[in-house]
Amino acid sequence: MGTLMAFLVGGLYAAAIYMIMRRSIVKLVIGLVLLSNAANLLIFTSAGMTREAPPLIPLGALQPDGVVADPLAQALILTAIVIGFGVLAFAVVLIHRAYEVVKADDMDQMKDTDT
Amino acid sequence: MLLAVLSGFLFACIAPVVHGARPLAKSYYGAGWVLAMLPAVLFLWFASHLRSVGLNGEVILNSWTWIPSLGISLSFRLDGLSLLFALLISGIGFFIIAYAGRYLEGHKDQARLYVLLLSFMASMLGLVLSDNLISLFVFWELTSITSYLLVGFSHEDKPSRLSARQGLFVTMGGGLALLAGFVMLGMAGGSYELSELLSQRELLHDHALYAPMLILIVIGAFSKSAQFPFHFWLPNAMAAPTPVSAYLHSATMVKAGVYLLARLNPGLGGTELWTMILGLVGAFTMFIGVFLAVRSTGIKKVLAYSTVMALGTLTMLIGIGTPTAITAAMAFLLAHSLYKGALFLVAGIIGHSTGSKDFMHTGGFRSAMPVTALFAGVAALSLGGIIPLFGFVAKELMLEAVLDAPLFSAVLSTLAVASAILGVTVAAIVGIRPWYGRLAETKVTPHEAPPAMLAGPVVLASLSLVLGLSAPLVQQWLLGSAITAVHGAPVEKNLSLWHGFNLPLLISAVSLVAGLLLFAVWRGFRRATRFTDLLAKVGPEQWYERAMVAITHVSAWQTRMLQTGYLRYYLMIVLGSMVALVLSQMWTYRDSINLLIDVSDLRFYEVVVAGVLGAAVLMAAITSSRLSAVAALGAIGFTVALLYLLFSAPDLSITQVLVETLTVILLVLVLFRLPGFIKLSPTHLRLRDAGLAVIVGATMTLLLLSVNGTQYFDSISSYFIAESAPSAYGRNIVNVILVDFRTLDTLGEIFVLALAATGVLAMIRFRAEDKDL
Repeated sequence: MGTLMAFLVGGLYAAAIYMIMRRSIVKLVIGLVLLSNAANLLIFTSAGMTREAPPLIPLGALQPDGVVADPLAQALILTAIVIGFGVLAFAVVLIHRAYEVVKADDMDQMKDTDT
Repeated sequence: MLLAVLSGFLFACIAPVVHGARPLAKSYYGAGWVLAMLPAVLFLWFASHLRSVGLNGEVILNSWTWIPSLGISLSFRLDGLSLLFALLISGIGFFIIAYAGRYLEGHKDQARLYVLLLSFMASMLGLVLSDNLISLFVFWELTSITSYLLVGFSHEDKPSRLSARQGLFVTMGGGLALLAGFVMLGMAGGSYELSELLSQRELLHDHALYAPMLILIVIGAFSKSAQFPFHFWLPNAMAAPTPVSAYLHSATMVKAGVYLLARLNPGLGGTELWTMILGLVGAFTMFIGVFLAVRSTGIKKVLAYSTVMALGTLTMLIGIGTPTAITAAMAFLLAHSLYKGALFLVAGIIGHSTGSKDFMHTGGFRSAMPVTALFAGVAALSLGGIIPLFGFVAKELMLEAVLDAPLFSAVLSTLAVASAILGVTVAAIVGIRPWYGRLAETKVTPHEAPPAMLAGPVVLASLSLVLGLSAPLVQQWLLGSAITAVHGAPVEKNLSLWHGFNLPLLISAVSLVAGLLLFAVWRGFRRATRFTDLLAKVGPEQWYERAMVAITHVSAWQTRMLQTGYLRYYLMIVLGSMVALVLSQMWTYRDSINLLIDVSDLRFYEVVVAGVLGAAVLMAAITSSRLSAVAALGAIGFTVALLYLLFSAPDLSITQVLVETLTVILLVLVLFRLPGFIKLSPTHLRLRDAGLAVIVGATMTLLLLSVNGTQYFDSISSYFIAESAPSAYGRNIVNVILVDFRTLDTLGEIFVLALAATGVLAMIRFRAEDKDL
């Protein structure tokens, strides 16, 4: 599954980069969402894909049964998902305000600070 | 010794308080005297080592660890050479600070001057006492910085600022070369401690890096000591207040380069390359300096150029490197610091008491300022090298060394004789011109200077006479051990006032007559040599100006190139660099990386989820409808959540589902207030972007495949798994990591979210056009 994931992550990155480089600001936001998913999956895959072994400890035990998925990568991704959402919310409202001021959905018209 | 160095910095901290203290402020220049006590005490402390270090030739080493992992320590060394410099720095420092108290009396920034002078003194002491190359370099740069601040003391004046910047650029540029040279020296010698390096003469001479390290170190020393072609910054540095010029730009800081060359002489010196660079450049600088001194009329300009001459002489003598030359260098160093310090202070007195800053506006001040005139005359005699002053001793030795030089003797002798003649002329200009002849008209009625300002010139000029008369004692107690330190072995060369009738004496006599004749026709000489001004138009100062303009142009050009203001160009640079770095690293380590391509363990439903994800990604990228784009994003989010669930990450899955729901709602709410998709870029640009995107994506795929196939070390997760229940009493390991092991991260995350929420709220609630905001 790791091999398949590698190609999926590559595809996600490619789509994200392509969208971020567009002049339309809405596409930029879509690119951002894609990019954060791509980064999360990158970390997730690099920690190894483990089936049906969540990092949980059974009641009464001190250690999990057998090998479990890497909990550290999951903790990092959990933080990343939440922060990614915060950034997205901020970006979306920001471009909405920018659009109200500039009246155009074009990055090239936003390169000066004088508008 | 650490205290001796650091006390200057400590005193600098309290200087403003001392300056502002009420009882001292009332008794006008009191603060100057109080602060001058520090250099006085330091002088006495160093003088107390005259017997052990100076007479008996001991070397005192003190060391404190600083950055042990890099082999850098704060180690100090007091030998003859350091002692000579330390005595000059603290002794002259005493008079300078006392003098500054009166010279800038009532100036609004006087406290700043004290702070800078004391900091400079401490840095300079650190420089000459350091035994470690790196700490020496740090102190070296500190003197450059304090010099910059002192030259730019009158920062309201533009010329002052420009001069300060020029000095800084030249000395700091040289400092960079010096650092590189030091690192090479450390690599070659296997240590940064001078005491270890200097004993490895053969090792250093035969090392492959000898020539580059020598040239780099020499560039650093030359820039600091104003050797050609860096000589131009020193006369410009005369924009500083006169006490500063006297202290930094004649007696101490500009000698740092000479000090360094002298210090490294036992290790690096003695080769033909060394003699060639130092000897020829030094001799040339000596001649140019004294020639320009005679060409100038500004009091401080004349003195500054004659300092350039003295520095050239010292460099030349160290380059020659014979026992006579080293003896001459140390004697000349001492003689020059004494008479030039005195003369600069006299220049300040002339400016202060008469308002004149140019020799053309001076004359006949003798009757109004008899004491100043007398001691200026004594100092000028020493400058001219006239018996029985200490300058005479030094000059005779210098001529002897040049005549006996093993290499380039003819060239060096010619330049030395020419400089000796012009040197006498300079001495006559400063010793005769302001004091005799018709009384010049001045802005201020000439009057004698106060004791605080007279103390320096009187003592320093008298010392020139006393030391001249007791030359053998000076060698025995002070210079002998300094000469040993520079030469690396004891030298059988006796300093004495009278060497008998010999060739140097004849040259001295001839140059005295010739120099005085030249002084008689000074005006005519300047007119006759006016053509040399044309040379200045193509000289090193012009190179500096052009380099500064070029730097500005390059800076503007690269700003235009890199800072375009278009997001996509920044992205191209960032992503291009990332791809290049990742791929080059992977190529470098290609032998230890396995690309794992293994699809044997796939299950049917996983392939379906992956297929949905891939299709949704493609859809999001190419759709021209906003609604389908948002729908595709939703599909991506939920399939990712499914992937998390399938691969043992239930917490991630829950979070992802929640966040994805919110994201879709948010996008639907906001995006539909924005205009629909329009195609803004032509097809070829879209293809270019798609190409870059595919390259980045392929790089990530390659990276991930290699990560899957390569394991360099064990995951640190085993610690968290093992400790989760026993130490943190939690059974969901991911949660335990978040709220226990790495709880500060989570706190940071909460903080980021709070900031984002505040920003969102602010943008929604407050509008710039609202009048009541």
